[in-house]
Amino acid sequence: MIRVRRSAVIDAPIERVWAVLRDFNSHSAWHPGVGPSTIERGEASDQVGCIREFTLKDGNQIREQLLALSDRDHVSTYCILDATLAIRNYVATVQLKRVTDGDRTFWHWESTFDVPRGREREFESLVGGQVYEAGFTGLAAFLKRGGNPSGVRPAVQTQGIVATAFGGPDVLQLRRLDSPAPRSGEVRVRQTAIGVNYIDVYVRAGLYRMIEPPAPIGMEAAGVVVESHAPGFSPGDRVAYACLPPGAYVTMRTLPAAQLVLLPDHVDDEAAAALMLKGMTAEYLLHRTYRVKPGDTILVHAAAGGVGLLLCQWGRALGARVIGTVSSEAKAELARANGCEHPIVTRTYSFAAKTKEWSGGRGADVIYDGLGREAAAENLAALATRGHWVGYGHATGPLDPVSLGEKSGTFSQPVLFHYTADYLQQMAGRVFAALREGALKPDVRRRYPLAAAADAHRDLEARRTTGQIVLLP
Amino acid sequence: MIKVYASSVIDAPANAVWAQVRDFNALPQWTPFVAESRIEESQPADRIGCVRNFRLRDGGVIRERLLTLSDYDYQCSYAILESPMSVENYVATIKLTPVTEGNRTFVEWWAEFDCAPEREAALAEQIGQDVFQAAFDTLKKVVAR
Repeated sequence: MIRVRRSAVIDAPIERVWAVLRDFNSHSAWHPGVGPSTIERGEASDQVGCIREFTLKDGNQIREQLLALSDRDHVSTYCILDATLAIRNYVATVQLKRVTDGDRTFWHWESTFDVPRGREREFESLVGGQVYEAGFTGLAAFLKRGGNPSGVRPAVQTQGIVATAFGGPDVLQLRRLDSPAPRSGEVRVRQTAIGVNYIDVYVRAGLYRMIEPPAPIGMEAAGVVVESHAPGFSPGDRVAYACLPPGAYVTMRTLPAAQLVLLPDHVDDEAAAALMLKGMTAEYLLHRTYRVKPGDTILVHAAAGGVGLLLCQWGRALGARVIGTVSSEAKAELARANGCEHPIVTRTYSFAAKTKEWSGGRGADVIYDGLGREAAAENLAALATRGHWVGYGHATGPLDPVSLGEKSGTFSQPVLFHYTADYLQQMAGRVFAALREGALKPDVRRRYPLAAAADAHRDLEARRTTGQIVLLP
Repeated sequence: MIKVYASSVIDAPANAVWAQVRDFNALPQWTPFVAESRIEESQPADRIGCVRNFRLRDGGVIRERLLTLSDYDYQCSYAILESPMSVENYVATIKLTPVTEGNRTFVEWWAEFDCAPEREAALAEQIGQDVFQAAFDTLKKVVAR
């Protein structure tokens, strides 16, 4: 059993300090190490028994329960229920005492817990230093700036790539823009890398009516928080996002904190910018729309494309047999190098026979189809009995209704943002874990200055690129 | 019964502050109002039950008995046996707690006692400020690093 004790003196009256600390969900507002936090089941955050679920900025996730709260004695006791840290039997107590000399507050924070043998010093230092001492400093700073994130400041000038009209790459122009001051629940991010996706071409061209020109485009980026009016995010935090509405091709962006995820140290800005959209797409396709199991046969169309390569890598790492379609021998090599066991080179969307052959006659348990109309008949033929067909794109035109009855097949037409609306943190967390474990490999091949976004679009549309593309502000 | 509470932060490690405070015969060294002190019957100054007999700078004499002393908890308590303050059932406690941030000491001193109701407010003010806080101020200088 380890006992950790830390204490400090906060230069504020005890009533002010206690008003913050008695709120079991306030820590994301003042503790620099705590990310987003929620109280489960909608209970009040000073209700004994309530449970807070939160993410540390190092990526660890913790659930803690409030065990006791005394407004008379200024004492709060809580325990860890679940944690991704190797801590057991953790019970902590926060106690405040009035320093009458100077109307200050003495804050004592103490806990006992067990850790694996040999790791006592590591955890003593982690809990005492990065949790308690960092908390003292964080709360003092929080109170100093008024107890709530700083006052409203005016918009700042920034610049970005604007689609001046719907059309070709030439409509993309660098313009001066305002970055509005963040309101409650929002943060301002200085962007360091911006991801380029084929959907940006559709938005620019007006195929997807997601903007009204003139307006900036772009779906994803990474950067550093410069101003926060949201709990869980502090200036200096590294963050990334993939979200609607478009507008990521800018140097500075203000957006709702609910769209952001904190970046762990092992994920660099370019990889995050390049992989938020495609990585989270691969996440829901492989884990949510259909849960890929070892031994499954998966058929990935455009296997050498942006999402295709990720599906091959990750699908293989999940133990699936990966069959893919590509349009050239060179792309077949690339797909093979990324986990696609059986690339099929075809320009005529003919792949059902080979899919059956390589799956022992069974067909594909799941088909990831970005092709659409032209490949519909072959897809139905390639599908296993009770297989699942996922239409997440339609490069050759919208799918006509097809009869799935002959295979007892199921079909779904998922959209990323319908998944991130509820599961953003978990989805990003799984992408980051896959990056750390090597199941996903970032492959940023091309970097363009932000001002050269039109060139990036030209190269993308001319199919002159493989791997991921980022813009650098 | 009223309670008086005062607390402060001393810029010295708890061990150093405690070395001064645990000596029941040391009030002349760390308070501004005690002129001289002795322990009655030649008892050691840290023996539970010993009585300190001290004279204030204003001439008053006070006798107090040591009730508890814990080196482990940095805490001691005592009761007034005789004083010119007209208080009854006066029991006071001094407790030190280390402040890990800056290796300082949080010191608390509180007393509970009975007195005539019309004197409560004035006595509380007098004991809190002129005794406890005044002693803190001197203690800060005595143990200053």
